[in-house]
Amino acid sequence: MTVVMYVVGGILAVALAFALFRAVRGPSILDRVLALDVVLAIIGAALVVNMVANRHLDNLVLLVTISLIGFIGSVTVARFVTDRK
Amino acid sequence: MATDVVVAVLMIGGALMSLAAGIGLARFPDLLSRMHAATKPQVLGLLLFLLALAVENGTWLLVPVLVLCWVFQLLTSPVSAHMVGRAGYRTRHLRRDLLTLDELDDVVARAAAGEAEAHESPQPDPAAGTPAIGGPVPVDPAVVDPAAPRAPGGTGRRARRDRA
Repeated sequence: MTVVMYVVGGILAVALAFALFRAVRGPSILDRVLALDVVLAIIGAALVVNMVANRHLDNLVLLVTISLIGFIGSVTVARFVTDRK
Repeated sequence: MATDVVVAVLMIGGALMSLAAGIGLARFPDLLSRMHAATKPQVLGLLLFLLALAVENGTWLLVPVLVLCWVFQLLTSPVSAHMVGRAGYRTRHLRRDLLTLDELDDVVARAAAGEAEAHESPQPDPAAGTPAIGGPVPVDPAVVDPAAPRAPGGTGRRARRDRA
């Protein structure tokens, strides 16, 4: 099981690196919002991995909070995005 | 042992969803195609991870909380994706040469045409009314006018943004 945890952590780290690359590189602010949404999803996945690995349930509230933050953030930025590139 | 295997498979599947989203974000050429890639870990990846957590814990008490978490994500992610996609379409953050079909373009063109017609047609109406009644006519356009330009004003800005 420990090996699986390391494998999952490695895959998540690679995915996080790609998403952060797009967040830094993204030509428009919408690309950055999208990439940061994916970063939040990966953080939530990492929280679940932590819960499964250490056999506790402390992060469930954080999971809901993270999805709420992602929703509010992307909706707010998309609402106020303007035409200039 | 069996639960360990199930948990491992579910978690690796969820992690691969995240990896697919990361690769898609880095490689895809367009905001809309990147949005297509970005929704995988938000819904399916989260579902797989929550299933792994439920199987690993093995209690039914946990299930309502996990369902709440997943349903919340399921309700919010289409809304935010809709907002981002609409903002991207309006500010032309998309490559039209990659689109096979743009249904919204027809709708916008038709709305712009209909709005131009509607903008011209109310003009003769008060003019036709003017000779008939002398006194109250200056009042009538004043009442109608603020309402008339305001309604097309919203769509007009949208249409002009797309056309420009």
